[in-house]
Amino acid sequence: MTLLGLLEREPSHGYDLKRDYDAFFSRGKPLPFGQVYSTLSRLARDGKIVIGEVEPGEGPERKRYVITEQGATEVESWLTEPVAAEPNLQTVLFTKVVLALMLGRPAEDYLDRQRAAHLVRMKELTDIKRSGTLVDAMLADHGLFHLEADLHWIDTTAARLDALAKAVRK
Amino acid sequence: MKAVEARDISLSFGETPALRGASVLVEPGEIVAIMGPSGSGKTTLLHCLAGILVPDKGEIHYDGRRIDTLSETRRSVLRRDEFGFVFQFGQLVPELTAEENVALPLLLRGLKRAAALKEARPWFERLGLGGLERRRSGELSGGQAQRVALARGLVARPGALFADEPTGALDSLTGEQVMDLLVSSAREQGTTVVLVTHEARVAAYADRQVIVRDGKVNALVHS
Ligand SMILES: Nc1ncnc2c1ncn2[C@@H]1O[C@H](COP(=O)(O)OP(=O)(O)OP(=O)(O)O)[C@@H](O)[C@H]1O
Ligand SMILES: [Mg+2]
Repeated sequence: MTLLGLLEREPSHGYDLKRDYDAFFSRGKPLPFGQVYSTLSRLARDGKIVIGEVEPGEGPERKRYVITEQGATEVESWLTEPVAAEPNLQTVLFTKVVLALMLGRPAEDYLDRQRAAHLVRMKELTDIKRSGTLVDAMLADHGLFHLEADLHWIDTTAARLDALAKAVRK
Repeated sequence: MKAVEARDISLSFGETPALRGASVLVEPGEIVAIMGPSGSGKTTLLHCLAGILVPDKGEIHYDGRRIDTLSETRRSVLRRDEFGFVFQFGQLVPELTAEENVALPLLLRGLKRAAALKEARPWFERLGLGGLERRRSGELSGGQAQRVALARGLVARPGALFADEPTGALDSLTGEQVMDLLVSSAREQGTTVVLVTHEARVAAYADRQVIVRDGKVNALVHS
C-alpha cells in the first residue's frame, strides 16, 4: 500500500520508489529491489497500476509506473480508514505474565526485566528524537507513546500480581 | 564535575518509614532519573541527596565529602553555593520579575544586582523566553514559568541540579521541550542532575533511570 501511495504522487521508476520508501518508511530496513518489483507486478496484475511508456535503454529501471483510477481510490480509502485499535505487543506481555503466574514462576522479575528493556529502548528513541530530523522524531514519538502505554500496563500489573496469581492459579 | 551519593539511607516520618536502606550513586556529570510509584519515597530521597532532609541512618556524599553530618547552617550554605533546584510549580517569587527570579540564586550568593541581572539575561534568549524578562510570574504561561525556573536552577552553574517533577504541570510537548533544554544546558556546564519523575518519556531524557519502591532503590535489571 505504501508503494501504491507513493505512486499516487506522480508516475515513478522502481528505483525512485525504493529510494523514497527507504528514506521515510523503512525504519532502517531498506526494501530489497526484488520486493519492489514483485509488489509492482502484483499491483499491475490487480489493475491498480499500469506500466507507462518504456524509455529507451535496458532493464526494468526504464519502466515508469502509473497509478490507475482503481489504485487511487484504494489509496484514498486506505488513508481514511482507522487501523484496528489493537495493542499487539500487549498480547505477548500478557501471555508471559499469566503463564509465569500459572507455572509459579517469578512474574515480578520478568516484569522488572521487561520494564528495564522498555526504558532502554525509550532512551534510544529519545536520543534519535533529539538528534534526528523531524520525520525521525515523529517516528520515534510513535514508538515512545506505545512503549509508555506498555509501561503503564507493566506497573499496574506489577502492583496487582498477588491478586492475579490467585485468579489464574486454581 | 561532582558526584552525588546516598549510602544505605533510612528515614521515617514519625511511624511512617519513607526510606529503608536506599542507595544510589550519581556519577559526576551524569543525569539520573528517579522513578517509582506514588508514595515510594522519591521526593524524600531527592531531599536527602540535596541536603534538605537528614536521614536517620546512612550517609550522603557530595563531591567526595559527607554532607549529612554537617550542621544545618553549613548545609544551607552548601545548598546555596553548590546546588540548583527546580520543582513542579509555585516556585517563582511572584513579587519579582522573571529576570529577577532567574538572578535570585546569584543575588543570594552575594553578587551585585547589576552583575546578577547581566548573568541572568542570556538565559532568556537561550530558553526561547526573549521579551519576557520584565514579566511577573502571574503573567507567564506554565511552560514559560517552568523555563524561567529552569534558568534559575542553572544560572549559578551549580555542581548539582535537583529537580522534582519539573514537567509535572506541563503538557507532554512543552514538558519535553523543558527536558531537552534541561539536558543540553546541564551537559554544557557539566552539572550533575538528579531528577524525580513518574513519566517514562521524561525519564528517557536521562542517562540512566533508577526505580524507588517501598523506600529502596532498585537498580534496573538489564537482560
Ligand atoms: N513531611 C512528611 N510528613 C509525614 N510523612 C511524610 C512526609 N513526607 C513524606 N511522607 C511520607 O513518606 C512516604 C514517601 O513520601 P514521598 O513524598 O517521598 O513519596 P514520592 O515517591 O515522592 O511520592 P509522589 O510520587 O506522590 O510525589 C509517603 O508514605 C509519605 O506519606
Ligand atoms: Mg514526590
